[in-house]
Amino acid sequence: MSEGTATVSKSVLEAGEGAPDRCTIDFQDQANVARRRAVQGIAFGLLWLAGIAAVLVLLFVAGYVIARGAGTVAADFPGFLLDPPLGGLSAEGGISTTIVTTFYVVFLTIGIAAPLGIFAAIYLVEYAEGVENSENKWVSRLVGVVRFGVETLAGVPSIIFGLFGYALFVTTLNEHTGGFSLISGSLACACLLLPVIIRASEEALKAVPRFYREGSLALGATQWQTVRQVVLPAALPGIITGIVLSVGRVVSETAVFYVTLGGTHNLPTSLRQGGRTMAMHLYTVATETTAYEKAMATGAVLIVTIVLINLIINLISRRLTAGLKGR
Amino acid sequence: MPRESFDKDLQHLEDDILTLGSMVETSIMEAVDALKRRDLERSRELIAFDRKINEKRFAIEAEALAVIAMQQPVAIDLRMLAAVLDIADELERIGDYAKGIAKINLRIGEGPLLKPLVDIPAMARKACSMLHRALEAFIDRDVDRARALPREDDEVDNLYNQVYRELMTYVIADPRTIEQANFLLWAAHNLERAADRVTNICERVLFTATGELIEMDVEDMDIEGMPG
Amino acid sequence: MEDVNHTKLETRGYDMFYGDFQALREVHIKIPANQITAIIGPSGCGKSTFLRTFNRMNDLISDVRVAGEVILDGCSIFEMDPVELRRHVGMVFQRPNPFPKSIFDNVAYGPRANGLRDRAQLGDIVKRSLRDAVLWDEVKDDLGRSGLALSGGQQQRLCIARALAVEPQVILMDEPASALDPIATLRIEELIQTLKEKYTIVIVTHNMQQAARASDYTAFFMMAEDRAGCLVEFGPTQQIFTRPQNKQTEDYITGRFG
Repeated sequence: MSEGTATVSKSVLEAGEGAPDRCTIDFQDQANVARRRAVQGIAFGLLWLAGIAAVLVLLFVAGYVIARGAGTVAADFPGFLLDPPLGGLSAEGGISTTIVTTFYVVFLTIGIAAPLGIFAAIYLVEYAEGVENSENKWVSRLVGVVRFGVETLAGVPSIIFGLFGYALFVTTLNEHTGGFSLISGSLACACLLLPVIIRASEEALKAVPRFYREGSLALGATQWQTVRQVVLPAALPGIITGIVLSVGRVVSETAVFYVTLGGTHNLPTSLRQGGRTMAMHLYTVATETTAYEKAMATGAVLIVTIVLINLIINLISRRLTAGLKGR
Repeated sequence: MPRESFDKDLQHLEDDILTLGSMVETSIMEAVDALKRRDLERSRELIAFDRKINEKRFAIEAEALAVIAMQQPVAIDLRMLAAVLDIADELERIGDYAKGIAKINLRIGEGPLLKPLVDIPAMARKACSMLHRALEAFIDRDVDRARALPREDDEVDNLYNQVYRELMTYVIADPRTIEQANFLLWAAHNLERAADRVTNICERVLFTATGELIEMDVEDMDIEGMPG
Repeated sequence: MEDVNHTKLETRGYDMFYGDFQALREVHIKIPANQITAIIGPSGCGKSTFLRTFNRMNDLISDVRVAGEVILDGCSIFEMDPVELRRHVGMVFQRPNPFPKSIFDNVAYGPRANGLRDRAQLGDIVKRSLRDAVLWDEVKDDLGRSGLALSGGQQQRLCIARALAVEPQVILMDEPASALDPIATLRIEELIQTLKEKYTIVIVTHNMQQAARASDYTAFFMMAEDRAGCLVEFGPTQQIFTRPQNKQTEDYITGRFG
């Protein structure tokens, strides 16, 4: 018996002839299959076009701004980035303070909203479900209200949060927040982001398969231990996605910050001082000055910043999940 | 219906056992008949026929083993298949007894018998009747009949004693008859053993139905020194 | 049934309800210590539900009501803290479910959750558990590898090692080999045989040949007309599969049920 030849029982070898030499299947249905293939081709074509269109739009918008603005940035590189804005009708100076303020605001807002949002999501997913059907009707009613509130808030326009922030943080709590300040702006924006983060985290937590939880509980872990050590790590990618989206939102927010941050082009040196983000600066320059080019330049830097932040977060996320999934 | 093909396999095995049983019955009756009629040619044919009995028995065994391997039977199905294996074995040995009687006919050779055979054919009829009913009890899973049949073994044993005593009187009267008397006694002994085997078959039938293995030896007979 | 081994787990008149629906009715059973007890029966007869009673995993489902007694070593399990109970009664699930962590962290999870921090001790426990689960030789070179990188059979043995790490007295297995190929299945069955020396094992299986091969005692459950699960027969496996006492049992194991 040579290598690679299977042992076939003699009766099988002698039983029948081999396959016929010429193909003997009668393909009756060719027209039907051809038609279905054509339909599929059209559908895929349309989908592909839609995808291309979306990317094209994105490229066009970003590309246009970057193209228009790059010139101005390059002309005054790195001054545009390192000099503070000086104000005036033609927007003298650079945008250094706005860049820094933007980062401050991002960190502060996410720092407030993320932990709050994630823990709220954990409560809603891990604990509230068990409570829903229990005898304690008041708690389950409360949970229902919380859920409904979260869903509603997600659709409220950002200027409302801005006005709310103005009324509460800037005006009423003036002595504590310093009026128009980083803290006021971040708090207001955190309120805006909370529903988004809660939603994304909830989805991520719910997506963790039930048997991970069961496996942990069956080993004698408490529910909190299970959440902390098994569920959260597994839900991390989804939660991070929510945070990435939120970061983008913060960087691009204008309405909220307009009425809570103040708008001074100086660099804030404490939480109780106000400032100006890049988005605000862009708006101001575009509407109150003649330096249209500088607005474009600011926009270009803004877009690049967003891309950079996303890249960094994605990198971190990939590092974290690589450790979880195995090499 | 679940296990339809399995049930068909079991049915097929039961039919085969019945077939083997009737082959063996025929063999016994015709061997005794040939002895009675001094038909030596017939005896030669019967000796050859024994080969077919053996083949049938092995075929049944192979089929039963295949069913066990492929269907993983448990409980009553498994017991039934174990019974099939054992009964096929018993039937084949009864077939050997028939062959033995045919050989005896040949060894006695030409010439008349000491006396016309009466008791030996009666033993054969009785043994075959018991065999037939035992196999029916197997097919029907008839526990009561399987319990009752071994008692009829007494009749066969009594007939055997009768044959023995009668042949002894001939030998005592004329010692030259000892050779033929021996052969005839031997033939009767084969029939007595055949009836014992039927008792074994009845034990198997009980086992299939109830899961209990009981030794159904009717009280050891007293036959003046001969082992029972 | 002779009382050769003393009883580890017992239920008396145990009923279980999901809301108004009765899932289990009047179950009386005595599960012997250091033996393998298999639970068989048609789909929907409550086998898994019954198994999950012993480590109170049914508590996780809302609207569950129980009646009767369930006793582990003389103590009622409903009077214990479930977290405490689950240290004594471990579980292995149908589909292998290793955590997305390293092999070491998977096995050390249980002891760590109970408060053990000493790295050396954890290392010993991990090694012992992986040895008992017949997985040590295959993974000892790289315990930092993710548990998810193992094959299906290896993952299931990892889950078994994980359950062994907390040193339970009873191990519950819910169709532990049903997601595995035949060779892996046989290895798990062999493994279970070695485990019974130190542990009491209760295994739910829908594979009757597996129950016949791999268990010492078998419990047969059936669905009544109102779809409540009832224990029909319980006895030594050898007896159940050669001479079952109950006609329903015989019909089921010979495949002529339904």
